[in-house]
Amino acid sequence: MGEPFIRLDGVRKTYRTRGEEFLAISEASFDVEAGELVSLVGPSGCGKTTLLKILAGLHPHDSGTVMIGTPSEPFNPARDIGMVFQQPLLLKWRRIIDNVLLPAEILGLPPAESRARARDLLALVGLGGAEDKYPYELSGGMQQRAAIARALIHDPKLILMDEPFGALDALTREKMNLELLRIWAQAKKTIIFVTHGITEAVFLGTRVIVLTAGPARMADHFPVALPHPRTLDMKTHERFGEYARRIYRLLGME
Amino acid sequence: MVSNRAETLQRYSLAALSHLALIAAWQFFVVYHEVPRFVMPTPRATIEALLIPNYRWLENIWVTSVEIFGGYLLAVFVGILTALLFSWFRTFELVAMPLLVSLNMIPKVALGPLIIVWFKYGIGPNIMMAFAICFFPIVLTTARGLREVEPDLLDLVRALKGSRWQIFAKIQLPNALPYIFSGMKVAAILAVAGAIVGEFLGSDRGLGYLMLQVQVTLDTPAMFMAVILITLIGVVLYGIVLALENLLVVRDARIR
Repeated sequence: MGEPFIRLDGVRKTYRTRGEEFLAISEASFDVEAGELVSLVGPSGCGKTTLLKILAGLHPHDSGTVMIGTPSEPFNPARDIGMVFQQPLLLKWRRIIDNVLLPAEILGLPPAESRARARDLLALVGLGGAEDKYPYELSGGMQQRAAIARALIHDPKLILMDEPFGALDALTREKMNLELLRIWAQAKKTIIFVTHGITEAVFLGTRVIVLTAGPARMADHFPVALPHPRTLDMKTHERFGEYARRIYRLLGME
Repeated sequence: MVSNRAETLQRYSLAALSHLALIAAWQFFVVYHEVPRFVMPTPRATIEALLIPNYRWLENIWVTSVEIFGGYLLAVFVGILTALLFSWFRTFELVAMPLLVSLNMIPKVALGPLIIVWFKYGIGPNIMMAFAICFFPIVLTTARGLREVEPDLLDLVRALKGSRWQIFAKIQLPNALPYIFSGMKVAAILAVAGAIVGEFLGSDRGLGYLMLQVQVTLDTPAMFMAVILITLIGVVLYGIVLALENLLVVRDARIR
């Protein structure tokens, strides 16, 4: 497989608020191969979001190294990142297609081609026909689909997702999990998926990284040896249960 | 869509009906209680006041409109500009905002006599009065709108190394638009009051001035008419602002 697409080695991050040091991440080390969907799971305050922001180049880290990209898969930090948050954060005054186009506009990509691509992406995420609607006309789940299309519009190599389905109801969430796997299989992107849902982490991930809080540290990381494409009945497999129990144990819930 | 149109029609008819009902009640009240004309005229007598050429209705309407619209537009322009400067230069905001808050506490009406000392009386000072009274709400709401941007949204743009200008033009400003309009609606009401107060304090033209003149002769119908006309100018201004908001702000983003 050669070099990994992402290599984190001993990454450490502290915040200083009112003179007090707060350890957000201690010693995070893991590799991600290109095209993987890696789940980052842990309780609130375990540094998941911080880790994403370090990967996005939004926050500097204190020590350790973060390397993204390989000679065969070069990574341009100014344009190879797509982000999806817990809230869809669509611009209320823009139609869906114009929302999807936002990153393309910021990067100054050719408008006509981007617009055609936006249509294709909306079809890919199951929003064909909703191009000219306004966000308020769509349900939460559909808005989040649009946010995923927006994260893909500039064809980035790395998609960072911060609890993207955390605000959805349980059924929509299950559905969106399947949708994400389908989109991932078609778009062939490397995805880092932050969640505090343990079954979600196992179900989606090719690999799971477990972070624990107080003090924030990386407790475990392991590959998920379940076949692709994943199906809902895999959740009842014995192996699925073993993975889930392994995470529960690490989080002190068993 | 059809039901939508029917609903709109119904809404407007009901609004027209309530206005007509008020006028009818007014007529009934005056006639039934035989209220003297100098206390409260009938609607008809009020309208007949328009026939007195001495009152130069058109000129007075024009003068008062210029004061209201002039002061209002000036306040919108300077108010939005000030808020933009606040958002671009944090230090400026820290210095100027508390000062503005203090200055806003001055009762503007109390400044009237001073304004007359400084600028004599006339249209100019009355524009100043309308401006002074409606400037602050616009600054306040615009500044707030420019501040209220989702931090995650900024991260999304920053991760792509978007410029400050891109953040401003694509996110901050359109995001502030509903706030700007909510301030402009409050200011529209205040601008009318400001201009009339200005005319009461000192002027030689305008509907407010006319009211003081006819008060001496107890021509109450003319006073009623003047109040109605002032109100109508305000309604027109408010209507224009609402129409602009309908045009520029997507429905869901509006602040009520």
